[in-house]
Amino acid sequence: MSGKITNREPYQQAYYPPAPTGFTRYMRTSLIWQAIRFLVINLKILKLMAKSHH
Amino acid sequence: MSRIVILGAGISGHTVARYLNKWVGKQHEIVVVSPNAKWNWIPSNIWVGVGHMKEEEVTFDLAKVYGKTNVDFRQAKALSINPEGNADSASPFVTVEYTKAEKAGVQENIPYDYLVNATGPKLNFGATPGLGPEHGHTVSVCTAGHALEANKKLQETIDAMKAGENKTIVIGTGHGMCTCQGAAFEYIYNVDHVLREAGVREMARIIWISNEYELGDFGMGGVHIKRGGYVTNGKTFAESLMVERGIEWITRAHVNKVEAGKIHYEAMDGSYHELAFDFSMLIPPFAGVGLKAFDKAGGDITSQVFAPNGFMKVDADYTPRPYLEWSAKDWPSTYQTPSYRNIFAVGIAFAPPHLISKPMQSANGTAINPTAPRTGMPSAAMAKAVAMSIRDMLNGSEKPTHTASMAEMGAACVASTGSDIFKGTAATMTVFPVVPDFEKYPEYGRDIDLTFGEIGLAGHWMKYFLHHAFIYQAKLKPGWSILPD
Repeated sequence: MSGKITNREPYQQAYYPPAPTGFTRYMRTSLIWQAIRFLVINLKILKLMAKSHH
Repeated sequence: MSRIVILGAGISGHTVARYLNKWVGKQHEIVVVSPNAKWNWIPSNIWVGVGHMKEEEVTFDLAKVYGKTNVDFRQAKALSINPEGNADSASPFVTVEYTKAEKAGVQENIPYDYLVNATGPKLNFGATPGLGPEHGHTVSVCTAGHALEANKKLQETIDAMKAGENKTIVIGTGHGMCTCQGAAFEYIYNVDHVLREAGVREMARIIWISNEYELGDFGMGGVHIKRGGYVTNGKTFAESLMVERGIEWITRAHVNKVEAGKIHYEAMDGSYHELAFDFSMLIPPFAGVGLKAFDKAGGDITSQVFAPNGFMKVDADYTPRPYLEWSAKDWPSTYQTPSYRNIFAVGIAFAPPHLISKPMQSANGTAINPTAPRTGMPSAAMAKAVAMSIRDMLNGSEKPTHTASMAEMGAACVASTGSDIFKGTAATMTVFPVVPDFEKYPEYGRDIDLTFGEIGLAGHWMKYFLHHAFIYQAKLKPGWSILPD
């Protein structure tokens, strides 16, 4: 037994949730894509507010 | 001329005040009673709590802003309501005690024609021994002052890590009946962000602890959103965010005691645990502010006007029913009290008919469930509806003319996960409606096209933009009324 860790413990809390890929992480701070998302999110929130008023 | 008294100058109280001032301020008298001299944009307190903003950037002087209007601002706290007057006066009145230094402790009866209770919550740190910054061992971001102190202690923790010490940071909720998980959710990611900026993230073990049954519940029973070709529960994304940043989590926890460096909590299976910490920010449970109510003869009618938790009963259906028989129709729409047509309660001050999340108990019978959120966008929407109703009732309407049920309105929440103009991110979440309506939307209780969530820099820009827009609006600067609430 060398004591060197060569495997990884499964079935832990962090084992199951989805992890973002490198592309997803890049797009989260891509200026062009996020400028588009900024407009889209604003439109979605305006739509939500329009439907909320009575 | 009628007098409208508004108790509280937070998001909902100030919203009622600014609209009534705009619509009827010249014809009628508007009195705002608040024990605080300053207005606070609470959603940005988390940035004060990590040193990215100063207290002055999230607060402003209420007297100065109301000085530009017809609003009569009294820095005082409300003690009791006499909705039928008393032996000496047939007019209803509210008894207040001044908190402003020059008149501190002086009491006064203020008669009213309409009363709006927007007192917000009492931060009930006392519910958990050892909780809170004043008499306990944890910090808070519930007020700007608390957030300042939180940042001071956080910076001390960072300095210790820079000196080579490993630290455990615990952030979440400090009781089994807390709401406002969102503030803790934002704070934990901002702490993670500043630790990375300081180059000490690897020295910290960061742990989330909350009373949610699953991550992403937020007191709304969680959400389902469309993503990647599936309709997926928000728990998946909340867990993903934690794992991505190396944050551990404990859910279904009722924190029952805090000692110096040690959190005690009860789990859903009834077992008891201890968690050591060096720095901890735990949100307290909320309660009503303790207003009393008296009838004309001086009899105590507090239990008729308020629910046992101190929040004011309004036009909700408070009939106790099992969870499966709860309905969207249980939720109030006009926020008028059932006994007194001239009293309304908005924001956190109104008593919800029940939780939104399913009630859960530990094996020992301890309630461990988030209570219903009613802050931010919904509190402003209900405040504006009440202001419109009062305006119309002053003009002759018999009944409230506008509604804003949380079961019929949406809400947007932008939760910062790191503040930086180019590298920051935030989770943008919307739900429609806030309270699920399974009769209208049988599968998920919500409109899946209007309920969405995503994380990215655009969310940070939104949060930053909203910070400035809402403070601009609250300061009543030119054009404030055309900005959305």
